[in-house]
Amino acid sequence: MAKHKVTMTINGKSVTAEVDSRLLLVHFIRENLDMTGTHIGCDTSSCGACTILIDGKSVKSCTYLTVRADGADITTIEGIAVEGTNHPLQKAFHDQHGLHCGFCTPGMIMRSIDLLKTNPNPTEKEIRWGISGNLCRCTGYNNIVKSVQQAAAEMAKEKEASV
Amino acid sequence: MFKCKTSPEVGGMGHSVKRKEDARFLHGKGKYTDDVKLPGMLHMVIVRSPYAYAKILSINKEKALAIDGVLAVITGEDLAQYNLHWMPTLLSDSQMVLPTDTVMHQSQEVCAVIATDRYIAVDGAEAVDVQYEPMKAIVNPFKALDEDAPLLRPDKEGQKDNHIYHWERGEREKTDAAIAAADVVVKERIHLPRIHVASIETCGVVASYDKDTEKMLIYLTSQAPHAIRTILALVAGHVGLSEEKIRIIAPDIGGGFGGKVPVYPGYVIAIAASFLIGKPVKWIEDRSENLVNGFARDYHMDCELAATKDGKIQAFKVSTLADHGYTDSSANPSKYPTGMFSICTGSYDYEHAFAELDAVYTNKAPGGVAYRCSFRVTEAVHAIERMVDKLAAEIGKDPAQLRFENFIKKEDFPYASPLGWSYDSGDYKQTLEKAMDMIGYADYKKEQAEKRAQGKLMGIGICTFTEVVGAGPSKDFDILGIKMFDSAEIRVHPTGKALARFGTKSQGQGHETTYAQILAEELGIPYTDIEIDEGDTDTAPYGLGTYASRSTPTAGAAAAIAARKLRDKGKKIAAHLLEVSEEDIEWEVGKYFVKGAPEKSKTIQDVAFAAYTNFPEGMEPGFEATHYYDPPNLTFPNGAYICVVEVEEETGAIDVKRFVAIDDCGNIINPMIVEGQIHGGLTQGIAPAMYEGIVYDDEGNVLNGTLMDYLVPTAVESPHWETGHTITPSPHHPLGAKGVAESPTVGAPPAIANAIIDALYPLGIKHLDIPITPDKVWDAIQVAKAKA
Repeated sequence: MAKHKVTMTINGKSVTAEVDSRLLLVHFIRENLDMTGTHIGCDTSSCGACTILIDGKSVKSCTYLTVRADGADITTIEGIAVEGTNHPLQKAFHDQHGLHCGFCTPGMIMRSIDLLKTNPNPTEKEIRWGISGNLCRCTGYNNIVKSVQQAAAEMAKEKEASV
Repeated sequence: MFKCKTSPEVGGMGHSVKRKEDARFLHGKGKYTDDVKLPGMLHMVIVRSPYAYAKILSINKEKALAIDGVLAVITGEDLAQYNLHWMPTLLSDSQMVLPTDTVMHQSQEVCAVIATDRYIAVDGAEAVDVQYEPMKAIVNPFKALDEDAPLLRPDKEGQKDNHIYHWERGEREKTDAAIAAADVVVKERIHLPRIHVASIETCGVVASYDKDTEKMLIYLTSQAPHAIRTILALVAGHVGLSEEKIRIIAPDIGGGFGGKVPVYPGYVIAIAASFLIGKPVKWIEDRSENLVNGFARDYHMDCELAATKDGKIQAFKVSTLADHGYTDSSANPSKYPTGMFSICTGSYDYEHAFAELDAVYTNKAPGGVAYRCSFRVTEAVHAIERMVDKLAAEIGKDPAQLRFENFIKKEDFPYASPLGWSYDSGDYKQTLEKAMDMIGYADYKKEQAEKRAQGKLMGIGICTFTEVVGAGPSKDFDILGIKMFDSAEIRVHPTGKALARFGTKSQGQGHETTYAQILAEELGIPYTDIEIDEGDTDTAPYGLGTYASRSTPTAGAAAAIAARKLRDKGKKIAAHLLEVSEEDIEWEVGKYFVKGAPEKSKTIQDVAFAAYTNFPEGMEPGFEATHYYDPPNLTFPNGAYICVVEVEEETGAIDVKRFVAIDDCGNIINPMIVEGQIHGGLTQGIAPAMYEGIVYDDEGNVLNGTLMDYLVPTAVESPHWETGHTITPSPHHPLGAKGVAESPTVGAPPAIANAIIDALYPLGIKHLDIPITPDKVWDAIQVAKAKA
């Protein structure tokens, strides 16, 4: 198996490693880097539990080769709280009871970060379509939608305050 | 309404306090089975059968073993040397761990590859060469009993055909006579499809055997770790794995829904591999392995409901054919092969009922898990609720009115049902009225009449269900002889903080919060000061686990009673501290005080401290209590659900416009969590109603074994759920609570099906089996039009 040297930034830290060409990014993150917040719920990009940010865009890391991420800037669930302060989406999921078992939650939050970046003020329908690549089997989605709405409102307020 | 006894800071019952367990999940620090990594850990991948029914001619391991990093290929022959190739099921059947000669369903385990790395294990699995001789599979359960059907289980002594068992409850003759004499009888064959729980975390295990200490440490995706430990000890005791040497830790679980109750062959193989090799072995299912190797439902129910011409129900009869796959591995209490199916008489008062069931073997995966349902309650409720609607349509009566006229009355509780249950409490009329008010039932009826006049298809569906949960009283309920109690153990530390441990295991239900709230209610110690611990068989008290909505009815009750034992001890300590007699001490949440002198008081924290530092002479020191709760009865949560749909005639597309769910689960511990559970269960209710069903072809191949074609609802398919509740406390539960989280999975499918059929009724369509998909609707419309 051919080995490749890859260098990428993960949650602000530079990482260099020798990896097999076939190593999936989700396994690199979970097994090689021991960051297990990114989960695996399928292997067909259907469930979204493995969603991370690559160069700011949400990507399902279970069907993404590690070598392809060479030079990328990656963010995972472990990297979104700033100096111990929750990201507005982390806070909102807690406030609105947007999680039960927690297994889909990291992917759902990473996807929602991208959603709110491209559409800071989404309607309920836009949120539902926006997270439709991420499956949750516990919550029935009502409270996930509410969580994204709360975060959108808080992020808009923060933005206003910083202007 | 329920009035809170405690302040929000103490956070007893009725407070929507935020969940204590959230932080780790939100930060990616949850610890699930696949997150466990042990030194020297090996990985296991299973080779599975491509055929539904085949003889195994040979298994050639050579090429696999030649791969660098592949350490072993384990076959049925290997396990047979230790007599571990078969295991018993909970219902006295037997299941292969690994086959020695025949595979019985597609994707059955054939052998397992152990390697140093996950990827190498997959390489090894692909390199194993298995030769099969395929045979004609039995896929249709109705053909399983044909004379020319092959005998699927010749291994079972005395087995002459593919019939597994017959079960019946009620009075056949009287029910038949009542049906024969009735003005109106409606009949239907109703199928509940084979579905899968599809929790987002699949099943898995990390088994780690230490040859020096002879201890087997097992991290397991298990809703019932204690029971599984006992079963493992019974299955593998002969090779030296006795119960005190087995420690099962169920870490965080990514959704269970009943699918993480059984012992799967993969668990046993990994445990055996670790035992033989002496190193940790991890096995995590992939998604297709998960979807194809277990199931729920799959009942074909022939129903007859008899009534007077004005709609007074007189009798109900249901004869069921159950497709169990190649073995009966239903996860049911031992005396209940059909679970609580006899709740099928529903929320209505009538005299005669009879239910019978025949179970058969087919070449399908075994399972029969209680998927978010207290053992076959979903099947039972679907049968009666579809039939009640069918009766209403037949005699032209409003289905709500028909239900009001037949409901068990509030004053008739406890109610003895015709099939032998004692319903504890309910106010069905009030619950349905509330649902009708909330949705605006009368307005929708008007709108429907207008739309029908314009040729548009609009439907309103009702379901008023009664569940039976919280198994259960020891006189009736056991699993392999172990009575279905559950347990709580509380330790209050000298500083007044507490640790409580339970025999149950949360999979997302929020036990770390709700159990702390129960103790806050009973002791007045703030819920934030109470740690909850579950899932480790070395530390938690023995219990039967979390499924069938039993945590609150059993372990929740145990927590309340253990806390009351502590309060009794605390009273003696308070009397000692306040220098009065025990009779002069009174309790209000969080403190003891002297009768008539409330300024003379001691807090629960004062008393806890004194229990270690200044207790009365002769008293046993410490402040701990344990209770094993044997419930006197089950609890009977109920609800009224109403669904409004529109169907597009040209395409068969179904649009769920509104869905209102009113639930009555007795007193509520945390309204936020209860509502969240209802939301989730409703989406798991719309799933089989409109989207999910495992589909087999004639040769027994599963046609939708991935999440790309097995349609788990997304946020788009899931409607905005509207919820509410009524409260009729359980009279026998110490907190007046009932279970709740399964009601919506049980109640939603018939409400949705009834709404869709109601929409299609003007076209002459009187029944469709779920999942009711657009193509099924479109086909039915074409047939109906051709007839007209």
